[in-house]
Amino acid sequence: MDTQLKRGLLDICVLAAIKDGESYGYKIIKDIKPYISLSESTLYTILKRLELAKMLTVKTAEHDGRLRKYYKITAEGLDRIEEFKEEWMEILSIYRFVTKEGKNDAQG
Amino acid sequence: MRKDEFLLMLQKRLEGLPKDEIEERLTFYSEMIDDRMEEGVNEEDAVSMVGDVDEIVAEIVAVTPISKIAKERSKPQRRLKAFEIVLIVLGSPIWLSVLIASISVIFSIYVSLWAVIISLWAIFVSFIALGSGGLLAMSFQFVNGNTISGIAMLGASMVLLGLSIFTYYCCKAASRGIIALTRVSFNSLKRCFIRKKEV
Repeated sequence: MDTQLKRGLLDICVLAAIKDGESYGYKIIKDIKPYISLSESTLYTILKRLELAKMLTVKTAEHDGRLRKYYKITAEGLDRIEEFKEEWMEILSIYRFVTKEGKNDAQG
Repeated sequence: MRKDEFLLMLQKRLEGLPKDEIEERLTFYSEMIDDRMEEGVNEEDAVSMVGDVDEIVAEIVAVTPISKIAKERSKPQRRLKAFEIVLIVLGSPIWLSVLIASISVIFSIYVSLWAVIISLWAIFVSFIALGSGGLLAMSFQFVNGNTISGIAMLGASMVLLGLSIFTYYCCKAASRGIIALTRVSFNSLKRCFIRKKEV
């Protein structure tokens, strides 16, 4: 996949992984893994970027005698997901346009 | 590799970055390893799943702005003694001019590389201009009845336009090369600040 495209998609995937409730680093990686590959270092950079953009908040809580960071989506983060859905509909219609011609040719 | 060995190695390799940022990175990787171990993965495997130290460092270097690294490096590690400050001030006519000279040399080498690229593109443009000028001149020759010179003009124009296609690819490759070189040297510059302690 194109690296620019992947970068944009990863941001959305991380937001989607926390949209139904707060989550932590390893769980985010596990949740995203079936769809798109993501290394720990990349996740760190994305989480930092999303935090700076105020799309998520971070809190540290105790888990099993050690500290763990939990990430929670904000209203801005949810807005970003909605925005992505709209953008994607546009891309879908472009996709249909791009593939339309080939179909007609095949039908003769 | 054990978890504490991994974290210590990473910490050493990241020296040169701001302290709080190193701390945050280490906490992050430590949590990732702990979470994997909690799932039943043994320590060695959990560490190797998090990734190779070299790759992690390379990625961090690539995303850290050079200004941040430079700022951290220019912070003195300890307070300077009075005689050291005096030495620095007295020595400034020497070290300052050497520093300025080296920066200017590096800068001028870089500028001259770009000058080569610009002149290559100029060759390309002149081939096109000459080729199209030749075609124009050819039509005048034909109108005036000088068929032989007209054919000669046509031939020359074709050769020039052909050469322009060739130079276009050369120019493109050379420009790309310089851009790649810039990126590589920038990253290695950052890396030599970060890895100072190992050298």
